[in-house]
Amino acid sequence: MSLDQRLAIGETIVLGSHTFGAEEIKAFAAKFDPQRFHLDEEAAKASVFGRLCASGWHTISTWMKYNAAAMPAIIERSRAFGEAIEFGPAAGIRDLKWLKPVYVGDTITFTRKALGHRPLASRPGWRMVTMENEALAPDGTVVMRFSTMVLMKTG
Amino acid sequence: MTDKTWAYEDFEVGKVIDLPPRTVDAAEMVEFAAEFDPQPMHLDEEAGKASILGGLAASGLFTAGIFMRMMCDAYLLDSSSQGSPGVDMLNFRKPLLAGDTLTGRTTVLSRRVSSSRPGLGFVSVRHELFNQHGELVCEMTNTGMFLLRNPGAAA
Repeated sequence: MSLDQRLAIGETIVLGSHTFGAEEIKAFAAKFDPQRFHLDEEAAKASVFGRLCASGWHTISTWMKYNAAAMPAIIERSRAFGEAIEFGPAAGIRDLKWLKPVYVGDTITFTRKALGHRPLASRPGWRMVTMENEALAPDGTVVMRFSTMVLMKTG
Repeated sequence: MTDKTWAYEDFEVGKVIDLPPRTVDAAEMVEFAAEFDPQPMHLDEEAGKASILGGLAASGLFTAGIFMRMMCDAYLLDSSSQGSPGVDMLNFRKPLLAGDTLTGRTTVLSRRVSSSRPGLGFVSVRHELFNQHGELVCEMTNTGMFLLRNPGAAA
């Protein structure tokens, strides 16, 4: 059980909430996803979205911003159950679903939940941890959901 | 109806679309990481070298953002794109290091017209991104939504 506890298996961790502003939506889109419904209010009105909304890559990048900010607390929590874990890079993303648009002014809450882990034969001391992550609107509606496979050093 | 070069009908199954070269520099990688993924291996050359990524390496979400931008510039901005419901699979196969030059390609896997919205079609594609050594850096499969040029015609 100790390794599961160190990795917080099965536990939903709330990473934080973020209100998406028009300027940050446009700034991200200008660099990475300059489709007009992410850049221009009038064009967005004429699109399937109806209003200016964030690029899905902006939404998932903002999830990562809050995930990274939560890492020290997650590492500290792991120490209570033994040696502290260490975060490594992600190997991939699965089943990323942008279920609802994230519009200007929406306040979105981000979560993560580690589901399981397996040892990496090629890297002793490291494990591949599978996580399910969500972004929720204030009424609890899931606006984005995805799974990640992340390398973590568990010793 | 659309006046764009790329409508649903143009994404024939088996079609390959090249993504022109894009060189990434350390400054833009670090700028993204500082905002969205401030882990040491994405921020600092020495920390990157000491990590399992082996050098100052991009956040996976920066790689995804560059990937998105390459698709936008290659065809999406001149298409009838209506966004994407999500990404089935995204694998980070090799680190994206500062100074790397990426090229890529999009291959159309399958497509279908929406049953609920006859003017809209779903196009499933596989994307691959390679570095200047020909190594696969990142691969992704996803579905895009595009307006039909001729709704109602057999597609």
